[in-house]
Amino acid sequence: MTAVTLDAGAPFGAAPPSARPAIVTRGLTKRFRGGQVAVDALDLSVPRGSVYGFLGPNGSGKTTTIRMLLGLAAPTSGEHELLGLPLGEALPRVGALVEGPAFYPYLSGEANLRRFDAADPTAPPATVRRRVAEALDRVGLTAAAGKRYRTYSLGMRQRLAIAAALLGPRELLILDEPTNGLDPQGTREVRSLVKQIAAGGTTVFVSSHLLAEVEQMCTHAAVMRAGRLVAQGSMASLGGGQVPRVRVRTPDTADALRVLRSLGLADVRADGPEPGDGVSAELGGHAPERVNAALVGEGVAVRGFAVERPSLEDVFVRLTGEGFDVDG
Amino acid sequence: MSTAETRETGLRRTPGLVPVSETLRTADRPLPPGAADSAPAETGAATVGAGPAEIEGATVGAGPSEIGGVAAGGEAVDVIDLAGPAPARRFGAFWRLLGSELGLTFRRPRNLVMLAVLASVPVILGVALRLVTDDMDAEGRGGGMGGLVASVAGNSLMLAFASLSFLVALLMPVAVSVVAGDAIAGEASGGTLRYLLAAPAGRTRLLLVKYLNAVVFSFAIAAVVAVSALVTGMALFPVGPVTLLSGTTVSVADGLLRVLISVGYVGAGMAALAAVALALSTFTEVPIGAIAGTVVLVIVAQVLRAVPQLEPISPYLLPTWLTRFDGALRDPVDLAAMRDGLLAFGAYILLFGSVAWARFTGKDITS
Ligand SMILES: Nc1ncnc2c1ncn2[C@@H]1O[C@H](COP(=O)(O)OP(=O)(O)O)[C@@H](O)[C@H]1O
Ligand SMILES: [Mg+2]
Repeated sequence: MTAVTLDAGAPFGAAPPSARPAIVTRGLTKRFRGGQVAVDALDLSVPRGSVYGFLGPNGSGKTTTIRMLLGLAAPTSGEHELLGLPLGEALPRVGALVEGPAFYPYLSGEANLRRFDAADPTAPPATVRRRVAEALDRVGLTAAAGKRYRTYSLGMRQRLAIAAALLGPRELLILDEPTNGLDPQGTREVRSLVKQIAAGGTTVFVSSHLLAEVEQMCTHAAVMRAGRLVAQGSMASLGGGQVPRVRVRTPDTADALRVLRSLGLADVRADGPEPGDGVSAELGGHAPERVNAALVGEGVAVRGFAVERPSLEDVFVRLTGEGFDVDG
Repeated sequence: MSTAETRETGLRRTPGLVPVSETLRTADRPLPPGAADSAPAETGAATVGAGPAEIEGATVGAGPSEIGGVAAGGEAVDVIDLAGPAPARRFGAFWRLLGSELGLTFRRPRNLVMLAVLASVPVILGVALRLVTDDMDAEGRGGGMGGLVASVAGNSLMLAFASLSFLVALLMPVAVSVVAGDAIAGEASGGTLRYLLAAPAGRTRLLLVKYLNAVVFSFAIAAVVAVSALVTGMALFPVGPVTLLSGTTVSVADGLLRVLISVGYVGAGMAALAAVALALSTFTEVPIGAIAGTVVLVIVAQVLRAVPQLEPISPYLLPTWLTRFDGALRDPVDLAAMRDGLLAFGAYILLFGSVAWARFTGKDITS
């Protein structure tokens, strides 16, 4: 795939803002003092309406990327755009959670939300009470609204941070590891909250170092490793979760291939050069039991039959040749 | 354009495949509906910039329609605009943020304690002077009292001037340093700075709010000291015409006006110091560092000022000017001295305000 030359004057194209992806970056790079390249020539494109998993091990540059997207840190080089708008115009439409919650410990949850609402120059003060109450309600913190933040548990803090991101109508949510420090119950709650928000049409960009989490939540994903983008695309295209393959262990390789092809399965191939290595194909919309019946009916000696869903981890390992571990 | 609606649905529901270059290209030049059909092969590769470009099974669900849905979304402009027109900046938003800032400052227990301490000093001072004068009276040496004691004992208003000149040396600068030195560094260390800026508070706007907040606090402490001193003075010492440093005597109303002028002048001086503290505050994520740094600067300046050989640099030192509110105690009011002081304060505010602005608008927020 070759680089595309773009208009110099309009780095992300001339399409109207609402037609452009929710997030675009081009060659986004951050080199910290001391020379470490935390983010290296990142080209992201986050489609509108997607739940986009930004996946990478700890230290792979996810938070640094998010800081640049939000204008907190200046890129060493490269460009980025949110919602097709200049940053100052985009940010009021963006809710963000960056590297964990941060609030004023001596204020109540409610007072904290009011504080951040006051910082948004576009937020209507007349409706602040209602918006704060709604946001707290959405994350299930209504009962603790009047308690000081100091007394909140880690899970409550995380939820308050999500509430702060939901104070206004948002077109884009950027959530940096929103389930960090949450128990399984809290993790499930965040996941369903994200789904609910996405169902309302909001684009959600969610970073995580947990493969399983991204697989369960996201429609799209990008995989980072050591500051570089390894892959991005829909979950289907990445092989995560949505493309089950049928794998048949049989000595009759040629026959099995023929039967699977005649059934109309896609990407039919032998899994190895030896007879007995078996064959595999994309299951597509076919019922596995029918496929098996057809194979047996055609006299293929089926020794093993499995439907496999490739995990993102498989993809990651395949792409990098490494396990999914912490980067330096 | 009749396909716009179906495409838009594709965008929402069906996860499409988005190689970056593909998206950029199609976003750049929206393809006609059929054009996407010509490129299914490219859609198979989900990898960007990585060696193994092929992902097994990547073509499923990456049909032309999804590509069109995601990338050629340019044709569904009206439908995807979720939040409608850009939310406008609201009139008064700046004051709302300043109000929030003031609310935090004047409700924060630490700051209230400082205000209480500052308010208690004139009381302690007044009581002490009262005891001293009582002793002296008892010993029959009333006529021999020294300048400050004598003038305060002689008139209640003088306690205000005495308190200001005592506190302006260190305690008030400490209080201002705590608030202004904490302004940016405190938000940075607590992590709230990143959320304020993402809100988006705006860097220049936030800095200005932070500074105005510190200015209000500066004047507030001067006022608190004066009010506390006036109340204490009136309770403990005779109220009546005031004898000034220049020997003339003015009415109580005139004396109160002079207290007011002094409060304004000291407030302005503290606001200048606040600019220094704010500038330091933009250089660190450790609030105590900015606070202590400012206090150390004040003390160093006091020391330098006390060295006779360093006389030539004293006009450049802030503490030199802080005590010049005694111009209000002369008759007529020594406007020239106070004007020079105010100019010095203005210069400090300009210089350190610029430093703070340059630093804060250019800095990476990594906390
Ligand atoms: N302020 C900083 N100065 C220097 N290096 C940093 C800074 N912040 C992050 N890094 C480095 O950049 C890399 C990416 O960090 P980060 O973006 O936080 O990763 P992630 O969020 O994916 O865990 C890490 O190696 C980290 O040590
Ligand atoms: Mg991180």
